[in-house]
Amino acid sequence: MSMSITLGREDIVRLCERIEGAQTRAYAIPKLTDEYPQMTIGDGYAVQLELRKRFLAAGHKQVGWKAGLTSKAKMIQMGVSVPSIGFLTDRMARPESSAIKTSDLVHPRVECEVAFVMKKTLRGPNCTLQDVMDATDYVLPAVEIIDSRFSGFKFDLESVVADNGSSARFVGGGRARYVEDIDLRTLGVVMEKNGEIVTMGASAAVLGHPAEAIAMLVNILGELGEELPAGSFVMSGGITEAVAVKPGDSIVARFQDLGSVSMRFID
Amino acid sequence: MDKQKITAYGDELYEAWVACRPVRPLLEREPEITIEDAYQIQERFVARRVQAGEKIIGKKIGATSKPVQDFLGVYQPDFGMLLTGMVFQEGDTIDLATLIQPKAEAELAFVLKADLKGPGITAMDVIRATDYVLPCFEIVDSRIVDWKIKIQDTVADNASCGVYVLGKTKGDPRQLDITLAGMVLEKNGELFSTGVGAAVQGSPANAVAWLANTLGELGIPFKAGEIILSGSQSALVPVVDGDELVCTVGGLGSCRVKFSGRSAA
Repeated sequence: MSMSITLGREDIVRLCERIEGAQTRAYAIPKLTDEYPQMTIGDGYAVQLELRKRFLAAGHKQVGWKAGLTSKAKMIQMGVSVPSIGFLTDRMARPESSAIKTSDLVHPRVECEVAFVMKKTLRGPNCTLQDVMDATDYVLPAVEIIDSRFSGFKFDLESVVADNGSSARFVGGGRARYVEDIDLRTLGVVMEKNGEIVTMGASAAVLGHPAEAIAMLVNILGELGEELPAGSFVMSGGITEAVAVKPGDSIVARFQDLGSVSMRFID
Repeated sequence: MDKQKITAYGDELYEAWVACRPVRPLLEREPEITIEDAYQIQERFVARRVQAGEKIIGKKIGATSKPVQDFLGVYQPDFGMLLTGMVFQEGDTIDLATLIQPKAEAELAFVLKADLKGPGITAMDVIRATDYVLPCFEIVDSRIVDWKIKIQDTVADNASCGVYVLGKTKGDPRQLDITLAGMVLEKNGELFSTGVGAAVQGSPANAVAWLANTLGELGIPFKAGEIILSGSQSALVPVVDGDELVCTVGGLGSCRVKFSGRSAA
């Protein structure tokens, strides 16, 4: 993966403003590579960093990170061999069992994930699954509400990275557990929409083990010259396929050993 | 369907099973076969195996999950009989030459400690009557050429049962969350697919209750000690010479099986 930056400062700011506008005013834009076909993944992360700086300058607080494109199926679909990462802020957090507005989102979808809360700082390169396990305070179940700002969810890795990995909202909840008390590889997950099972799987769907996704995230951060600080909330990527939601929908994600997370969607 | 035809088709399937040579779909030749007829053909097929020395030791529930229903084009559960000749142990190598067109399914097996007789059986009764559950592989196989089956064909063919392999770790369904237990299926060391108990009729216990009630209508009880295969939690996995499969049920344990040789089709 090339982390080299080929775009000039002006272009990065221009693309960042385009993404920021689409995110804050909830409208779809064409993927960035339509205009910048030479754009690299490094450029995508440069745009994401610019976006993060703007949000932080506006008073948002960063709470952690998310890994995306972590299932084999999604990686093959995207033609990539590494996950993407995005940052998470307090403004994206929604409480468990709450009503989540969709009018400020473009085309939201939900996925079930295992989330990690870190007690030690991790740095790449060479971060391993075991390093992640040792640095984890606890895990909890989470639902991520992703929302690509690109028309028809059509994008490539460069564009989705710039769009902060489609991050939009997230809900953590259920029951916190120590990693040593459960088998993180075989956790079963069921997602119900309006009382009906819509998708299901087991946590190994995420790179064979969700902690593997966190290790890869730490290594990507390392390539970007950053670390994963203690206290971070990190989502390891969708176990289940992303399910579209609209106002009136009610979602319950049930996790083996971790309880459940629920929410409903309103206009 | 008259008795003679039922016997003839049951014999034909038995002989196809003995010779490992598939036959044309029954429904193609006999469009009027009902599901009830098909179960009578199954009864004949199974009776021939029993006459030849096997014993019935349990039941299997088939076509319970969406991936399997989509593959089979069969959108209702069905059942078949488990016989002594189908049993393999964890870690065994299965000789594919004894099968026609095998595919593996990862499942949860129930071993009963009390009789269960429908109708009126609920999932709670199933848990109560269960001694323990085991991770298991069912190797389904079809005596119908190219798996060109409709519900009547698979029912007549003993619900396409081939052989099965039970894992060694016993779980208590009062302690294990059988509905949310994850199912991780690996083929030759690589992740093949994942699933969860809920994939089977909302819970494997629901599938077992369904069968208890369905058999109850026919006056057949589950007996203490019987093994019930509750249905696939995974997509069907085609297997060839040298393949090794491992399924792991979260909170329970795993079951491993190897394959060698060549299947007939």
